[in-house]
Amino acid sequence: MARLLDDSPDQISESRVRTRGTSSTETAERTLVSPLALKRPGGRFLYWLVFALLLVSTLTTIGPLYWMFSGGLKSSIEIFQTPPTFWPLHPIWDNYVQAWNILQLPVYFVNTLILAAGAVILQLLVSATAAYALAKLRVVGKNIIQFAFFATLMVPPIVYLIPQFVNINDLPLIHVSLFNNWAGVWLPEAASAFNILLLKSFFDGIPAELTDAARLDGANAWQMFTRVILPLSRPVLAVVTIFTIIASWKDFLWPLLVLADSNLQPLTVGLYHLNGVNSNLPFNYLIAGLALASIPPILVFLILQRQIIRGINLTGLKG
Amino acid sequence: MALSSSSPSSLPRSHPALRSPGERRALHAPQQERRVGQKRWPVLRRNLTGYLFLLPALLIFALFVWYPIVLGFVMSFQNVDMINPASWVGLLNYRRVFSDPLFGVAWRNTLEYTIYALIFGFVVPIVLALLVNEMRHGKGYFRLAFYLPVMLSPIVSVFLWRWIYNPDSGLLNALLNLVHLPGGLWLENPNSALPALMVVSTWYNAGATMLIYLAALQGVPSSLYEAAEMDGSNLWQRLWHITLPTIRPIMLLMLILQIVATMQVFTEPFTITGGGPQNATMSVVLLIYNYAFQDADFGGASALGVILFLVLAVFALIYMRMTRRAMEGS
Repeated sequence: MARLLDDSPDQISESRVRTRGTSSTETAERTLVSPLALKRPGGRFLYWLVFALLLVSTLTTIGPLYWMFSGGLKSSIEIFQTPPTFWPLHPIWDNYVQAWNILQLPVYFVNTLILAAGAVILQLLVSATAAYALAKLRVVGKNIIQFAFFATLMVPPIVYLIPQFVNINDLPLIHVSLFNNWAGVWLPEAASAFNILLLKSFFDGIPAELTDAARLDGANAWQMFTRVILPLSRPVLAVVTIFTIIASWKDFLWPLLVLADSNLQPLTVGLYHLNGVNSNLPFNYLIAGLALASIPPILVFLILQRQIIRGINLTGLKG
Repeated sequence: MALSSSSPSSLPRSHPALRSPGERRALHAPQQERRVGQKRWPVLRRNLTGYLFLLPALLIFALFVWYPIVLGFVMSFQNVDMINPASWVGLLNYRRVFSDPLFGVAWRNTLEYTIYALIFGFVVPIVLALLVNEMRHGKGYFRLAFYLPVMLSPIVSVFLWRWIYNPDSGLLNALLNLVHLPGGLWLENPNSALPALMVVSTWYNAGATMLIYLAALQGVPSSLYEAAEMDGSNLWQRLWHITLPTIRPIMLLMLILQIVATMQVFTEPFTITGGGPQNATMSVVLLIYNYAFQDADFGGASALGVILFLVLAVFALIYMRMTRRAMEGS
């Protein structure tokens, strides 16, 4: 928490000094293996042996990915060949063009984006306002409300999957069905006790002097929220945003149940149905489609690597 | 927006937002006297403001968390097919679920999934993190390479692996043949199908867990290593007495989280094996899905959900106690 707070604008200079300080010690950072042991020939041999072992074991992750991208280049005969070819004999780049069009990947990508964007907006709105009220505003019954939110951390959504499905098909009192509606995915997702907990503990760490000063300047609760709390919380808001996007990108079972119309489905559900028993999609097109579907997330990770790792560090330590 | 228009005009008069003693001292005395008479109103409005901020979360949680949880308990005592109105049936759903032979099969499989999750899913990321953390070269590449599968869509991962396991055109048997080992019918054989699915799950998730351990390893104080070395300790002693004890709280948390996640396994058996062969990969959540969406027995599915909840609640309680202890400790 404290580390994230260091990024607030008025402390940038201080944190810069500190990061420079840590980076200089990082090169000499001490781990389990002692630097002395690495200087000895035996130690060096062991080090490079482990290095080589790790290098080989990265083939278990890179290998299947290569297998997928090269498989997308094979003809429909070659892809079923026994034994399979490790290198496509006659690479057919057109497979990727065909897959892009036949699989309607653009539709699914757009749907995935819309679902993720809606999830981010709703989650931030719902979680940040609640966390702000719990952290900075004194309300009667705060402890009960807090308990009611955080107790749901103990109930994984899968155990109320079925009642939730019945629920969104006929909402109580208003009797509206959210079946085949993006709202049916967005709204249940917006209830994240974990995000409230994460944001609240960050808001708790914002010094009272800052909020008090704003109050003396005549700021009301809303102005304090939008002009003091939110700008100071950019790092943790970024973490919540990234994790919401990842969760939405990986969501499968719930959109599968709610979105029956293929024009509304995200990539996970669309790809699942494409490979159904009734679809006579050529297998090499399917593999090319899987490969195409993997490019955007890999690119996103390469671009946002630092933020994602920082987010994992933060939430990982929070449990 | 409604909030911002309500207060600025009245703020200088009543100062409802001010509360800490330090601020009160900063006020002029006459204003302070006036505040005493108007004490009730600011308290009311402060609560109103607070509840306005809480309103979205309260509505969403009421409608999409608290209500469905209660509804799940209610439905488990009802006959629900989503066509006819629900009717009370007492304990009938529970009796039917318990007498279903698949109930025992699904729980036994789920236990087996959990054991494999401990063997693969728990150990692999720890070993990877310990080794990658020692690397003076290519650390960034290793982190990236092991994390790449995590970013894929889960459906891409399962379809890719179904092809890799294919006995004729799959990569796995081709590689085994290359080194003159016999291939296998990985997904068709009831004995190997379940571990094969857990390999997929580990392949897909291990990178994320590894990053968490890498972060935890940063927290091991280097002075401890140096001091232990002065005392003549060897590598294994340092690993056993310094590294592992320091990351033990994270290890315990990850253990519980992984057990809870594995007991909810669905995507792999649903998409790769459909629960087969001979129900060898049937999981509890897949059984819930089949009750509801194959047999339209939403009451029985809810009863299964309640049973799953009770089992998971035990682990959730352990998890909560451990997080609290970890937070107090740090």
